Amino acid sequence: MTTATPTVAVGTTRTDAPKTVAGRVRKRLNSRTATLVSIIIALFWTVPTFGLFISSFRPEDQIKTTGWWTFFTDPQFTLENYQQVLFGRSSSSGQLASYFINSLAITIPSVLFPIAFAALAAYALAWINFRGREWVYIAIFALQIVPLQMALVPLLKFFSTGVTVAGIQVLPAWDLVDEQKFAQVWFAHTCFALPFAVFLLHNFISQLPGDLMEAARVDGASHPKIFRTIVLPLITPALAALGIFQFLWVWNDLLVALIFAGGGDETAPLTVRLAEMAGTRGNEWQRLTAGAFVSIVVPLIVFLSLQRYFVRGLLAGSVKG
Amino acid sequence: MEFDFAEEQPKFLMLMYGLIAFVAVVGGLLLLLDVVPAWFARRREARLVAASASGAPLPRRPKQREGFFALFFLLPALLLLTIGLVVPAIRTVLLSLMDSNSTNWVGLHNYGWMFSDGAIVRVLINSLVWVILVPLMATAFGLIYAVLVDRVRFEAFAKSLIFLPMAISFVGASIIWKFVYAYRGDGQEQIGLLNQIVVSLGGEPKQWLLESPLNTLLLIVIMVWIQAGFAMVVLSAAIKAIPADIIEAARLDGVSPWQMFWQITMPSIRPALIVVVVTITIATLKVFDIVRTSTNGNYETSVIANEMYNQAFRYGENGQGSALAVFLFILVIPVVIYQIRNLRQQRKG
Amino acid sequence: MAVFTRPRQAFVIAGVLGLALSATACGTGNDKGSSNADSAECAAYDKYQGHDGKKVTIYSSIRDLEADRLDESWKTFEDCTGIDIDHEGSPEFEAQLPVRVDGGNAPDLAFIPQPGLLKRFVDAGKVKTVSADTKALAEQNFTPDWLKYSTVDGKLYGVPLGSNVKSFVWYSPKMFKEKGWTPPTTWDDLIKLSDTIAASGIKPWCAGIESGEATGWPATDWIEDLMLRTQTPEVYDQWTTHGIPFNDPRVAEAVDRAGQILKNEKYVNGGFGNVKSIATTAFGEAGLPITTGKCALHRQASFYANQWPEGTKVAEDGDVFAFYFPAVDPAKGKPVLGAGEFVTAFADRPEVQAVQTYLASGEYVNSRAKIGDWLSANNKLDINNVPNPVDKLSVQILQDPKTVFRFDGSDLMPAAVGAGTFWKGMVDWINGKDTASVLQGIESSWK
Repeated sequence: MTTATPTVAVGTTRTDAPKTVAGRVRKRLNSRTATLVSIIIALFWTVPTFGLFISSFRPEDQIKTTGWWTFFTDPQFTLENYQQVLFGRSSSSGQLASYFINSLAITIPSVLFPIAFAALAAYALAWINFRGREWVYIAIFALQIVPLQMALVPLLKFFSTGVTVAGIQVLPAWDLVDEQKFAQVWFAHTCFALPFAVFLLHNFISQLPGDLMEAARVDGASHPKIFRTIVLPLITPALAALGIFQFLWVWNDLLVALIFAGGGDETAPLTVRLAEMAGTRGNEWQRLTAGAFVSIVVPLIVFLSLQRYFVRGLLAGSVKG
Repeated sequence: MEFDFAEEQPKFLMLMYGLIAFVAVVGGLLLLLDVVPAWFARRREARLVAASASGAPLPRRPKQREGFFALFFLLPALLLLTIGLVVPAIRTVLLSLMDSNSTNWVGLHNYGWMFSDGAIVRVLINSLVWVILVPLMATAFGLIYAVLVDRVRFEAFAKSLIFLPMAISFVGASIIWKFVYAYRGDGQEQIGLLNQIVVSLGGEPKQWLLESPLNTLLLIVIMVWIQAGFAMVVLSAAIKAIPADIIEAARLDGVSPWQMFWQITMPSIRPALIVVVVTITIATLKVFDIVRTSTNGNYETSVIANEMYNQAFRYGENGQGSALAVFLFILVIPVVIYQIRNLRQQRKG
Repeated sequence: MAVFTRPRQAFVIAGVLGLALSATACGTGNDKGSSNADSAECAAYDKYQGHDGKKVTIYSSIRDLEADRLDESWKTFEDCTGIDIDHEGSPEFEAQLPVRVDGGNAPDLAFIPQPGLLKRFVDAGKVKTVSADTKALAEQNFTPDWLKYSTVDGKLYGVPLGSNVKSFVWYSPKMFKEKGWTPPTTWDDLIKLSDTIAASGIKPWCAGIESGEATGWPATDWIEDLMLRTQTPEVYDQWTTHGIPFNDPRVAEAVDRAGQILKNEKYVNGGFGNVKSIATTAFGEAGLPITTGKCALHRQASFYANQWPEGTKVAEDGDVFAFYFPAVDPAKGKPVLGAGEFVTAFADRPEVQAVQTYLASGEYVNSRAKIGDWLSANNKLDINNVPNPVDKLSVQILQDPKTVFRFDGSDLMPAAVGAGTFWKGMVDWINGKDTASVLQGIESSWK
């Protein structure tokens, strides 16, 4: 099937030099200006984050009384904020490492499930002919707008009391304790992620070359076979792209985790601990400066390592055969 | 307290169970879909053989097969969506027709409240401003930057910096912008970057977040700051995907960069552009954390999702909160209609 | 705590997931199931016995350091009775508790700081009445003033736990001594003092009402304190129960009285800027200019003692201390505004009731008070167990027979007003809106 993969031709033909000297100069100038301008904008974009980064190394009283730029004229450096975030003062909440593990245990399945289910659904909506598929797709698309806040209570009820129809218990309560509650969080995140995931993947899958599918059908391949052997390899990069977004969303989520996992160190993710660290009256917010960077490390690694796929992911989607 | 690995063990076990469940569900489904049709195929073959042997008319290929496949492919997603979103959406619509304790039906009373209470009307107007400005600004910036950064040196680095805000949690983002918009009185040391700039230019420090409608624009800046990275990454990828021969052909025709952009780039990246605009529009409609952490909706900056959360959860006004949520559903209808048209065109084309 | 049994398996799992975590494999054999009920130390907990191995969940807004102190405060109780108390503090407590309760996932006990919210749960039929034991103990240990806030239709639905006194003005004794100022005891003296300080070139008052999603509450405390000072306690009660409209002239009088200080450019906002800067100053930082001499007076509750930078001595002869926010007419008694949280039960299992009873007892409040930065209106609280001087002063005020105590009004009102339009109205008021239209707006939101 590899022959059918849209060619990943990035910038290969662009390298040929312009014919005239003037053209060469102009091109170099343009690309220099472009480099300069784009770097300046990127730095400008990063200034607020950079300010936070500097602040995370400043002592509490300095953070609260002077601007972070005074760091350059009057450098007062401390690791106290990181010390407090990483090794905490609160014994009731336990170790940050526990929350880190919780975040991983919550995030990994919460990324895998929606992607897989969405890929299946998107394939069906794009390439299987059945009556009303447009409407199913549009309905799923429209569900993106349901604010997840409104879904919290009914979903929690679903977990804690099960489903009763006309007095008959159709589904039992889940009755989960401690780390089993991860399952609730996975379930909730999967539900909430599906509309966007289906929308995005449908966009890619529906643009795969139609003759490719037709050829496979003529060869007698069934839908599951086409899905596994043709579509999946082609959209792997798109899956990686979606994976990044879902990862970022789940990793940074506070609300869903608080409701479905609870706030204890058995189940709560990093974000819960960080929010908690600001203290009952929110006056210890300087700790969050360091906390923000501790929590950003993993998403950043994920983004940087998947960036390659990400670019290819959209490439595959936009090329029409 | 020493870090106790023993306590963490059940979590890893649970994660293992989760992964096993994942493999079992997804793998099982695919396997099932492979095996069952194969069995059908064999049976049909057998019947064909039998039919040809007996000389009876050949049985027709069953028609409902496609639907059967679609059902199984869609089943997990539809099941979860029904439980997690469809039921809550219906419940929300019903609650919006009831009073604050959800005990009595009040008809359209909550909607009447929504459009007659001055503060809420203001909220609706703010949301409108958000949903017009954010997708426009974020997409425009993302597009310009994607074009600008294409194939320059340090491209990956520059793009990572623009994308960075997307990776920051809202807790982090709220503090980041606190260090930008913070205010200290005249003559004192400023801790907010914006005021520091104003002061060093000889101006008087301002309380940025107090003055309407400027404050809404400043909050929109935060949202654009976060979402532009998404737009840039997606659009940049789309630009790279434009087949090189098209660009080359255009260049040989002597097309100017401006024409190139409008005649080649824009049409080529249209699908990606739609994804970006639609995604950011919906994210903007649901925006909640930025307003809540920056102003909590004070100084006339509130938006629908924030007000909905306040009404439904903090004030115990389930009916009014739900009515606001339903209004969100209504606001998204234009996007849905646009999407339907798109789909139709795509299917035809 | 799980006992470490299969180290190899754990390492295999860690390896599979590619996690490089240094694991300290130590089998802590702390099984919570068995109590040592027979030791002498446990004699006080005899009446709570019989629930060994049971678990009670508590949900509150108390986090981090203060949550540690909570855990410490009932440690002996847990050890002696074998009841495992599982406390969870959430930054989103007020919004999440209704979600959990409506979702059928209520905690066994919750520490609810708003009687208004408590009443909402009672009306919805979610709250269990306290047991007869608890009720008897609560009636012994608390004044009816306190119990009435958790009583609905004659039934007691919660027991007060911690308390705080809000009618305080923080100042720097050091600064006062240097300049020759003395803490005022009447309203007129307070204004006179403010003028004196203003004349010396310092803006006398500093204030800040920014508090995340609760922005505005410190200003509502001002209004409540002044309602109590300009009106009778009875009018105050009518106000909090909507017996008089929110835009009643008497309310306007109180608001304008607060405006005499809060909206006076000569008086505020020391160390921060103009009047409007009150709206954006974080309440936790609002009093800090006192330590740098940029401000002299800051009206805030007793718990503000926790906000001072490390190394600040909080004492009558220290860096900062508080005096009682003076009454307008001292002859009418000593009005005190305060607040606190109520232990509310969503389950009536015997072990839950045992914990609820225990939390109302003298043993508990003294155990908690000793750890520090905490006080209660529980009259079994021994003032010698309260280490912090401001908390001591608060306990004295609470136990003073002349004191006319009233609960924080915004916590009594329906949440849509008390935690909604009242807060927001005060923000607008600080931001320049006039008293009449602010009060009119709040009134129209109260249905």
